[in-house]
Amino acid sequence: MQLAMWTYEGPPHVGAMRIATAMIGVHYVLHAPQGDTYADLLFTMIERRDRRPPVTYTTFQARDLGGDTAGLFQNALRQAYERFDPQAILVGASCTAELLQDDPGGLARALDLPVPVVPLELPSYQRKENWGAAETFYRLVRALAQPRTREKGGRPVCNILGPTALGFHHRDDVVEIRRLIERLGIDIGVVAPLGASPADLARIGEADFNVVLYPEIAGTAATWLTRTFGQPATKTAPLGIGATRDFVAEVAALAGVDPAPVLNGQAARLPWYSRSVDSTYLTGKRVFIFGDATHAIAAARIAREELGFDIAGLGTYSREFARELRAAAAEHGVEPLITDDYLAVEAAIAEAHPDLVLGTQMERHVAKRLGVPCAVISAPMHVQDFPARYSPQMGFEGANVLFDTWIHPLMMGLEEHLLSMFRGDFEFHEGAAPSHLGAAHADAPPVVLPANAGQSWSPEAEQELARIPFFVRGKARRNTERFAADRGVAQITIETLYDAKAHFSR
Amino acid sequence: MTPSLSADLTGPVAPVLRERGQREVFCGLTGIVWLHRKIQDAFFLVVGSRTCAHLLQSAAGVMIFAEPRFATAIIDDRDLSGLADANAELDRMVEQLLARRPDIKLLFLVGSCPSEVIKLDLSRAAMRLSQRFAPSVRILNYSGSGIETTFTQGEDACLAALVPLLPKSDAPALLVVGALADAVEDQLRRSLAALGIAQVHVLPSRSAMELPPVGSGTRYLLAQPFLADTARALEGRGARRIPAPFPLGAEGTQLWLRAAAQAFGANMATVRAATALQAERAAAALARIRPALEGKRVFFFPDSQLEVPLARFLHREMGMQLVEVGTPYLHQQHLAEELALLPADTRLSEGQDVERQLDRCRAERPDLVVCGLGLANPLEAEGLATKWSIELVFTPIQGFEQATDLANLFVRPLDRRTRLRV
Repeated sequence: MQLAMWTYEGPPHVGAMRIATAMIGVHYVLHAPQGDTYADLLFTMIERRDRRPPVTYTTFQARDLGGDTAGLFQNALRQAYERFDPQAILVGASCTAELLQDDPGGLARALDLPVPVVPLELPSYQRKENWGAAETFYRLVRALAQPRTREKGGRPVCNILGPTALGFHHRDDVVEIRRLIERLGIDIGVVAPLGASPADLARIGEADFNVVLYPEIAGTAATWLTRTFGQPATKTAPLGIGATRDFVAEVAALAGVDPAPVLNGQAARLPWYSRSVDSTYLTGKRVFIFGDATHAIAAARIAREELGFDIAGLGTYSREFARELRAAAAEHGVEPLITDDYLAVEAAIAEAHPDLVLGTQMERHVAKRLGVPCAVISAPMHVQDFPARYSPQMGFEGANVLFDTWIHPLMMGLEEHLLSMFRGDFEFHEGAAPSHLGAAHADAPPVVLPANAGQSWSPEAEQELARIPFFVRGKARRNTERFAADRGVAQITIETLYDAKAHFSR
Repeated sequence: MTPSLSADLTGPVAPVLRERGQREVFCGLTGIVWLHRKIQDAFFLVVGSRTCAHLLQSAAGVMIFAEPRFATAIIDDRDLSGLADANAELDRMVEQLLARRPDIKLLFLVGSCPSEVIKLDLSRAAMRLSQRFAPSVRILNYSGSGIETTFTQGEDACLAALVPLLPKSDAPALLVVGALADAVEDQLRRSLAALGIAQVHVLPSRSAMELPPVGSGTRYLLAQPFLADTARALEGRGARRIPAPFPLGAEGTQLWLRAAAQAFGANMATVRAATALQAERAAAALARIRPALEGKRVFFFPDSQLEVPLARFLHREMGMQLVEVGTPYLHQQHLAEELALLPADTRLSEGQDVERQLDRCRAERPDLVVCGLGLANPLEAEGLATKWSIELVFTPIQGFEQATDLANLFVRPLDRRTRLRV
C-alpha cells in the first residue's frame, strides 16, 4: 500500500479514456462500478468538453457480484454498439472489475460485433494514467494500422502522434507544431489520437516518419511503428528555443529538406527578452522543477540556457522515464527526484529553498504554503490549464508563452532592487506583494524553519537576519546554520552571519 | 403562507419508474469532501485504489486548498498477490498518518469497491488499531464503496458508524441528524430553542470528542433525506423518529420545526409566534423571485436523494412544473411527508439508465435540468439550461434564511441565458 493525499496521475483506465475521448468514432465499454463515472467530469468540467466522453460503464453493484457480471458487461457492450454505432470499440476493466476477472476481451469476442474490438489489459494496481494512455494508443494503432501503399518520392509526409484529450496544452501544441512542419514543406499525414478516427489510424503507415510530441503517450506506438513499418520517429520534444531549433533540424533531416528557412525566419521573442537588461535580475535565480518527464527535462534546459536560472532541483513522477530524468539531473548537477509522493516533493522543495518552483498544480499548493512563486509546467490538469486564448507550450510561440508564464510570478527587477535598498521601509517591506500580482499574494506567510538542535541565534543576529530580503532569507539562515554547525558554533551572532556570508559568496 | 399537512395528503399515484442500467452518479466516498470539513478533528483514510484517490481529488481538488484531512491507502499488486500482508500494510499506513497528524482524534477507515471485493475486513482492522491507539485516537470504519453506496449514502454510512459510540442518556432530548453548514446549524438551533425545546443535540457534531447522547428519551429529526442506515441505528439505541418534511424552503422549514415542536408538546400558537417573523420574511423574499421560475418545467437526474424535497419546494413555493423527479433511491418512509406534498401526476424515477433518461429529457425539452457534473456541459451544448446538482449538496440551502439562496441557485442558470449575447 501507498499513502496518497494527492496523486499526480489517475488510474490507467483514465488514460484509455483520454485516447477514446480524443478520437472520433471510438467507443470505450468499461467494466466498472458506478463511482467510476466521476471520470466523465474530468472531460466535461475540467476540459469543458461539450460532449460526454464516449464511454459506457457497466456500473455493477454489490448485488450483481454473486450473479452474472459477465452478462451485464455483454449487455452494456451490445447496447453501446447499437446506440453509438462506433467504428471501433475499446473494451476493458477498471480497478474493481479487474478483480472480478470477467475477461472483457473474451466476452466481446463472443458477441462477434461487426467492428474492430480492441481489448485493453491495463493493470490498475501497478500502472497509472500515462501508461494506460500509451498502452491504449499502441493497442489501437497495432490493431488498425495498415502497411504503406504510397510510393516513395514526392513531398515528404509525417504523422504527429501523442496529443490527447485532457492533455497539458495539447490542443495548441498541435496547431503550433503542425504550422512549423508545414513551413518546412512537409505534409501532415495523420494527427492522432486527437481528432483521428479509426480510418485515420489505418493510414498511419503511409507517412515517411512520425513526430512524437509526448513520449509518455506516443512512445510505445511510435516504437512499434518503427519496428513494423520502418518509420523513424523524432526524439526531441520542441519545448523552448533550443529544443525547437533541434527539433526543426531533426525533422528536416528525416524529411530531407532544408531547415534554414524556418530557423532563420522564426520570430521568437524569448531570446531578445531574455537578453534585454531588465532580465538581468533573473540571473542565477534558483529554480526547482517537477513534472512529467518530458516537460520537466525540457524545463531544466530552458531554465538554464534560455533564462539564466540555476537548477536547484529536478524531478518527475513519470517512473517510466526515470533513466532520462536521471541523465538530465546529472547534466545539471542535481540529485534526481523520482517519486509520485507529493509529500516527498514538498520536503525536497522546502529543503532546496528555491526562488521559483516550476511544477504541477500540486507544487503550486506547496509553493503557496512556502511563500515561493510558482508556475505550472505539467499535468495533472486543472481548469486553468485550458485557457480560452491560444497558449501553446511547444515551438517558437510556445517559448514566448513559457517566458511570460515563468517570469510573471516573480518579483519584477526594479521592484526587487527597491526592496533591498529600502528594506524595513513601511511600504516597500518584504510582506508586500509584487505590485502586479495583487494583495492576495501578500499573505503567504514565509516559512520559519526551526533552528538546528543545539544552535541558537542571538537577538541581534536574528534582527539582522530579518533585514535580509525575504526571498533570500531562508537561504541565508540555512547557510549560516550550516556554517555554524560545521564549526561547532552554538550561538550565532552577527559576526557568524557575516562570516557565513563571506564564506558562501566566494 | 399557512402550510397544511393534512388537507392534501395525496401524493403521486403514478407508479415509480424503476430503472436499472448505467448509473451516472458518484460513489459514497464523495461524502468525505464535506464530512471532513464538518467534523473538524476527524481524518478519513480510504482503503482503495488509485481510482478512489483520483475521484476524491477530482471531486474535491478544486475546492480544497489546505492540507486535506483525507487520504487514500492505495492497494497495489503486492497486497493482492499476497506478497504483502494487507492488514500489516494498513497498520503501517495508519501509523505513518497518525505520526504526521497528531491533531487527529477520530480516524475513519473507509471501505471502497476494491477493498469490499477482496474482502478486506476493515471493522476488524478498526478494532485492532483502536486498541493500539486508544485513548488518544478513536478508529472507526464504514463503507463508501460504489458497489454499495451512492454519493450521499456515504454520509449515511459514516454517521451510522458513529451511532454505537454515542453516550447513553434516556433524558428527553431532540437530536437533529445530518451534516449541515455551521451557520445553518446555528440558525436552526436558535429556532428550536425559541420553540421551547431545551435539549437539542446534533449529529455529526463539529468535534469528535463531543458526541451527542442517545437513548429512549431521544426524538430524532432528520435534516437530510438520505440517512436510512443512521436512522435504523438510532432506532436500535431507542431513539424515535419525528416524521417531517425536510427543512428546504420556507414551507419545508416551517413544517420541519412544527413537527419538532409538536413532538415536544408545544402548542400551535407558540409555534406560530416563534416562526412567524422568519417564515414571513422568507416567503416575501421568495415571492419576489418566484416570477423567474413560475411555470417553468424542471427535470431532475438522480444524484443526492435531495431531489424529492427540492422538487416539492420548486413546485409548491416557486410554481415550477415537475417533468421528472429522478432519485438514486426512494426511501418511501422517510419521504412520506414529502411525497404527500407532490402533485398526484408527478413522474418519479428511481435508479437510472442514463441513456434512456437522456432520451426522455431531450424529448421533453425542459426549461431546466438538474444533473451531475458529467452531464451538465453536454446538455448545455444541446441547448438545455442546467443546474449542477452537486452545488445543492455543498451550499447551505436549509432553513428560512437560506430559502432565497436555494431558489436563486435555480434562477441563476436561467438568468444567465437571458443576459448573454454570445
